[in-house]
Amino acid sequence: MFRFIAGKVFQTLFVLFLVSVASFTLLKLAPGDPIEIALGNEYSEEAHQDMLAELGLDRPVVEQYVTWLADFVRGDWGTSYTARADIFTYAFVEALPVTLTLAVFALGLAILIGVPLGVLSAVKKDTLWDAGSAAFALTGTAFPSFFLGIVLIWVFGVKFAMFPVMGFVAPWEDFWGGLYHMVLPAFTLSTYFMAMIVRLTRANLVEALESPYIAAARARGEPGWRVVWVHGVRNILMPLVTIIGLQLGVLLQGAVLTETVFSLPGAGQMITNAVLNREYGIVQAGIMMTATLFVLVNLAVDLAYPILDPRLRPSR
Amino acid sequence: MTALLSVQNLTLHRGSRRILDDVSFDVPKGGTLALVGESGAGKSTIAVALMGLLTRAEASVEGKAILEDTGDLFTLRPRAWTRIRGRRLAMIFQDAGAALDPCYTVGGQIVSTLRRNLGLSRKAARARAVELLESVGIPDAAARLGAYPHELSGGMQQRVMIAIALSGNPALLFADEPTSALDVTIQAQIMRLILDEVRAHGSSCIFVLHDLALASQSCDEVVVLYAGQVMEAGDAKTLLSDPRHPYTALLKSCVLEIGTAELTPPEGSVPSYDAMPAGCRFATRCPNALPRCAGEKPPLVPRDGRNVACWNPVGVPKAEAA
Repeated sequence: MFRFIAGKVFQTLFVLFLVSVASFTLLKLAPGDPIEIALGNEYSEEAHQDMLAELGLDRPVVEQYVTWLADFVRGDWGTSYTARADIFTYAFVEALPVTLTLAVFALGLAILIGVPLGVLSAVKKDTLWDAGSAAFALTGTAFPSFFLGIVLIWVFGVKFAMFPVMGFVAPWEDFWGGLYHMVLPAFTLSTYFMAMIVRLTRANLVEALESPYIAAARARGEPGWRVVWVHGVRNILMPLVTIIGLQLGVLLQGAVLTETVFSLPGAGQMITNAVLNREYGIVQAGIMMTATLFVLVNLAVDLAYPILDPRLRPSR
Repeated sequence: MTALLSVQNLTLHRGSRRILDDVSFDVPKGGTLALVGESGAGKSTIAVALMGLLTRAEASVEGKAILEDTGDLFTLRPRAWTRIRGRRLAMIFQDAGAALDPCYTVGGQIVSTLRRNLGLSRKAARARAVELLESVGIPDAAARLGAYPHELSGGMQQRVMIAIALSGNPALLFADEPTSALDVTIQAQIMRLILDEVRAHGSSCIFVLHDLALASQSCDEVVVLYAGQVMEAGDAKTLLSDPRHPYTALLKSCVLEIGTAELTPPEGSVPSYDAMPAGCRFATRCPNALPRCAGEKPPLVPRDGRNVACWNPVGVPKAEAA
């Protein structure tokens, strides 16, 4: 068991190393001069050299990478050229929690609504319930989130004024306030995911419900709900968790649009602005945070496999 | 002997296909009965239908199945079915490895069954589970409670299934090809175990088997099915030693005996359910077929100590048969 975990952690660290090299290199190759952006159009050669030295851009690339990585791990992510703000505070302390909150609420909503709908669809296969939930899933996938967001803002924010349409309240400071502010953005972000979970749950569960262990559970007198949830759903957790983990990247992509529509000061908006301004430091921080998050989620999924399926546990 | 279960004119359609055609038989109380036939003959479907495990969308059932003290099974509501399954009716499946939920321990599956069906406490259920596993011949039963199904051999898995099926003291046990997924060396043991346990519990048992010889060795009575129709039914020994129906005779001839020169495989195959003859469904392959057989269904009538559905039985002079 220890070997299994250690192996997975080592794999994860290696992937993170590759990600850091890639994000560092990619931005070195990107066109545009950050110094020009920081200093404006007219500056002296001396100021240029000073700026290069200050930012360490006159050093060999490998040294720049090692220095950058060491600083990064210590939480010294540099200073934003344009905003003159500390990037660690800006990206990690301020922006990331907003995106994480949005993602967690969206994911929670998608699972809480998507799984039961998928189960309903599978149990009532080929009935109106099934057709209704398929139609819902199709609409959810087809609707672009920026459009859905605007529609929701207009209907629930403006017309009925039920929910706030912009801004972020930290749920760890004011849980209900945070929840209240997250209702529309989280729903907007979750629809695609929810639709996917509905279809995934249905497809896997329909197959699982035809398994002999389901017939056997019914044959020994287990009531219908128990057969479906305790035996059916328990057995499809594995594909469900896998796909949810893999699709988390899509969720983070969607967060960029959702944050823009609902004016949330999250990592998505931060990265978008940083790319437009060619802010190396912030883009790197953004890529590293997103990639780390993605890789950690996949590590969690890998580590969850033996918990989800006893057949994958190392034999005793 | 009075009948524990009386199946009367069971007919089952899947779409336009008549999967079971007017099947009737009685299960004697405390007795064992085997449904015998080739795969696709509908024997498993009968068991599944009698356990109430068909979904409405899957098939429509006509006929009756009168279970003693319960009434017609086919009129039961889903909740009533839930109360009967595991307590009055139980089932052993062909592939125990697939019929045990891979996500739960063996003990968990037995204990939850005992608690629900017998209302035992957690502790009492655990103790009873150990007893049950020991009684079906699982060594070190207490330690095996924590094992997952995949950690057991096929024979052990089937023993666990038997323990679970018998845990509620069912009046009637269905055993659907209980040994065909097992190694030959284990098959006889498991068959013996089921028969002993059924006798010890005073239960009746319906076996679903494709092997006529095994059926007649193990069971009191045999019902021979072909393509959803009953061909011949009666005392097991009588049917094997002196078959009246040409199909029973054919099945008997397929049993390879020591000293027999060569096995002659039967010609043709079971017709598709979309193209069944209106009369006897065996008519297309029957060596004794008369012109009337394909068009006119022979009734299941008593003859020579068993019931047989045939216009031209084996071992009966022509004049008498007509």
